[in-house]
Amino acid sequence: MHQAFQFPVPEIDFATIAPVVFVALAGIVALVTEMFGNGRDKRTTIWVSLIGLGIALVTCVYQLGLSEYTTFNKMVERDAFASGIHIVIILATALTILFSEGYMRDKRIAHGEFYPLILWSATGAMIMSSTESLLVMFVGLEILSISLYVLAGLSRAEEKSEESALKYFLLGGFASGFLLYGIAFVYGATGSLNLVYVNSALAHSHGSSTQLLLFGLGLMLIGLGFKLSLVPFHLWTPDVYQGAPTNVTAYMASVSKIAAFAALSRILIAYAAIHEMWIPALTAIGVLTMTYGNLVALRQTDVKRMLGYSSIANAGYLLVAVIARGAHPAETSTTTIVFYLLGYSLTTIGAFAVLTLATRNGSEGTKFSDLRGLYQRSPAAAIILTLLAASLMGFPGTAGFLGKLFIVKDGLQSGLTLLVVCLAVNSVISVYYYLGLVKAVFAAGDEASELRLSPLKGGVAVACAACAIGVLFVGIFAGPVLSVIGGAH
Amino acid sequence: MGILSILILVPILGAIVLALLPADNQLARRVSFGFAGVAFALSLAVLAQFKSNTFHLQLQERFVWVADLGIRYHVGVDGLSIWLVVLTTLLTLISLAYGFYVNVRTKSFLALILVLEAAMLGSFLSLDLISFFTFFEATLIPMWLLVNNWGGEKRNAAANKFLIYTFGGSIFMLVGMVAISAQMHHLVNVSDYDLVDLQNVAAAGTLWKGNLQLETWVFWAFAIAFLVKTPAFPFHTWIADTYAEAPIVGPILSSAMVKLGTFGLLRFVLPLFPEVVQTQAPILMGLAVVSILYGAIVAAVQTDLRRLLAYSSLSHMGFILLGIFSLSFTGIVGGSYQQINHGVTTSALFLLVGFLFVRRGTTEFSALGGLKSQMPVFAALFLLSMLASVGLPGTNGFVGEFMALLGTFESGYAGQFGLNAGYAAAAGVGVILAAAYLLYMFQQIFYGPNANPLNLRLKDLKPWEVSVVSLLVVLILWGGLYPSTFTKPMEASAQAARLMAINPVGSRPVWGDPSLEIDVEGSQPDRGALVKVDEKREIGQPIKALSVVAPSNIRFVLDHQVSTATASASE
Repeated sequence: MHQAFQFPVPEIDFATIAPVVFVALAGIVALVTEMFGNGRDKRTTIWVSLIGLGIALVTCVYQLGLSEYTTFNKMVERDAFASGIHIVIILATALTILFSEGYMRDKRIAHGEFYPLILWSATGAMIMSSTESLLVMFVGLEILSISLYVLAGLSRAEEKSEESALKYFLLGGFASGFLLYGIAFVYGATGSLNLVYVNSALAHSHGSSTQLLLFGLGLMLIGLGFKLSLVPFHLWTPDVYQGAPTNVTAYMASVSKIAAFAALSRILIAYAAIHEMWIPALTAIGVLTMTYGNLVALRQTDVKRMLGYSSIANAGYLLVAVIARGAHPAETSTTTIVFYLLGYSLTTIGAFAVLTLATRNGSEGTKFSDLRGLYQRSPAAAIILTLLAASLMGFPGTAGFLGKLFIVKDGLQSGLTLLVVCLAVNSVISVYYYLGLVKAVFAAGDEASELRLSPLKGGVAVACAACAIGVLFVGIFAGPVLSVIGGAH
Repeated sequence: MGILSILILVPILGAIVLALLPADNQLARRVSFGFAGVAFALSLAVLAQFKSNTFHLQLQERFVWVADLGIRYHVGVDGLSIWLVVLTTLLTLISLAYGFYVNVRTKSFLALILVLEAAMLGSFLSLDLISFFTFFEATLIPMWLLVNNWGGEKRNAAANKFLIYTFGGSIFMLVGMVAISAQMHHLVNVSDYDLVDLQNVAAAGTLWKGNLQLETWVFWAFAIAFLVKTPAFPFHTWIADTYAEAPIVGPILSSAMVKLGTFGLLRFVLPLFPEVVQTQAPILMGLAVVSILYGAIVAAVQTDLRRLLAYSSLSHMGFILLGIFSLSFTGIVGGSYQQINHGVTTSALFLLVGFLFVRRGTTEFSALGGLKSQMPVFAALFLLSMLASVGLPGTNGFVGEFMALLGTFESGYAGQFGLNAGYAAAAGVGVILAAAYLLYMFQQIFYGPNANPLNLRLKDLKPWEVSVVSLLVVLILWGGLYPSTFTKPMEASAQAARLMAINPVGSRPVWGDPSLEIDVEGSQPDRGALVKVDEKREIGQPIKALSVVAPSNIRFVLDHQVSTATASASE
């Protein structure tokens, strides 16, 4: 008998992936305008990028109100978590683009390919964070990373930028290998690349496939741990952050972590059934990450390195929430992770944006001493940096405080007391080096600082103001923000 | 918006207006004075509206802040906070007066004082744990900036030490607050940080049911945060550096700010941890006694006036702790009263020290001496303030310390809460030591030969300076001769705080039930009988007791609470 040819045509709903498509398209249009445009005037390219991101943002906010939906043969997942993460990614990308042009011009690396690359990188991050399929997750990660490898080396004349790109590329490639190997184990155990089947496999499995799945989890954890710069997979972070152009560093510290945390959270939720087995390992990683990041940050004299270590510590804080979410998906909500990432991105990008003010005539100052006199030169920038430091310390009234409060709440409700206490101790340690930053800014400057520091104007001013206002708004009017990122309940 | 919120907002508004003004020192001073004056008048208006015969929280205002977390903005005033509010607004005015001597970045200086005032008022009035924490932490930033920008030589280190100590203490309190809320979540399935709700459940014995170990941990998380702020031994090391390096308004404002520590113990710790307070009282009393003696001994060997007063402050704050944790009625009223007295006395002394400092540029004993004939008015006012600090009968310091000691002796003599009379005896030695080091201090500054030629040029106080200090001296004498003005409004609340901590489940007062009162005016105020009164009675109307309530008759409002908590969460 002739059997009808059966090929499962996947259901395709382009509306679902609209935000991703818009961002990718914006990248293509930006590339074209850059090719045909005037070489020096980047305004069209910047506007194209921002408008593309704006449209994508509106789509995401609209999608937040919709109910959960899976399409593309279960390769794309649209839920409140995905949309919330998309919003944070888009905002972070837009803020980075805003302050980039002035900085790159001052540093004499105003290359037009920055804009398409950063948009495609954001596309990868968005793909990675809205899927339950491990293969798509991997593809997203690669799109994100390959663009970033190029961006890290954007300052071609500088040796440390090249070093940064090469280090990031080699270690990133290595990490991707781990991730892929882990995915292979999951495939071996479940016969599928989709995380949905992990859960049922764990429920009905015999010991052997649980072992396979656990081994797969361990390898995937290593792969994502590199991206998240969790201790002990963090060794690349300070060098890469220091060497890359500051705007790329800001982007790396925020967007690539956002995407990797979203992926990690989804993977851990799939493994919720055996959370007793992975909690000890992740607890150890969490404690190490927080403590190491903060202790080493204390000794830094370079602001970029300090912020790099601070981002390691922050990854440790957020890991607490991700563990709590993975262990008890029914009792926790995604808002903690999205809220913290939102506050953290605003704060970190703002801090890096203020730091770019110390760039003039192709040279860039990144030491604490290079920021001296900022208060006299541009009081607004100094006050904004103080506010952002307060948020990083976790003072009430800022986004950082509520973010930590959410994490502490989730942690305590999930019984992660050790991690919560560790978080509290580390918050105290971190105060010291953030105060150092504030102190440097308010210290009296000399005549050289007048020449060294740019005034706060143009895109940098908009980005800094947006970050500062955002940090305060999120910290004070948390109710509306939460109801937006909480999605349809 | 009610009067309490306006009271908190006025100084913030003042700070914003100052920030927008052009850089004119004279104008900035007038404007800041205007706003602080309005705040002071408002605090007096609150005092006028205040009813002394109830322990219930008055003039309450409540808004939802973050619904998902159950965080509200909730303010209210009771006998424990009313005088502290007035003290804060008064001391702010006095600090601003001292601001006439600040000519560097005057506008920012005055604005920071106003911000600090708002944060302190907010802390004294907050009834939601998170809004309290917000204001509590908000006091740190203006203080840090004041010390860091207008302080002495080692100001950076002192400012950082101050901030890190206090921040480090309080972050664990935050974890404790979340733990309480998680416990509440466990009970009624709603996150709740509202003190009134939490106290209801704590009084009913359900908050910590079967989890006494957690209660002890959270108790210490709170207690340490407040002990750092107070400060008490061994968490005191920030105070000497801060007082010595801060601009003079630092200690003046700080003498109101450190009351947040002892006030926090009364407001939050006694009501929320009833089972643990009694068992841990001996440890806290021990810390209080050590603070008193250690502070006094270290004060006696200081060579700098400001450092001496800082350690003297440590010693005197010990008496407040002693009164509170004696858990007797007399002791708690005494401790609560001593908070006000210490604020008045310390700020009077530091104000005088400030006037000396702007004239002479140092406060080292070695540079001073023989000033009595040089500055007679200054010497007279200094003597009066100092004697209040010693605790001479007729001054307010005597009443407060005596009541605290008496309360300690009562509890100790009765052998309650694991205390004994030894605590009172040891603390009593502190009073003697205080006399010793303070008289020594007076001797160093005012007697002996006026040898240093720089001192011969010193001029006596100006009339406005005299009037500012005299205001405080009047309060010192008033508090000493007619203390009931100040203690009367405290009594009901102090008794309630005590009964919330020491009574067994079922006979603890609850803020959530307005029909329940404490019979303060009754024949045996110290027993603090709970009475059931007409439910329709407005707070503050005279109590017509319907019945004295036997413990089992009290209706607890837990289930009612659940419905209100749910309702407010869904708002």
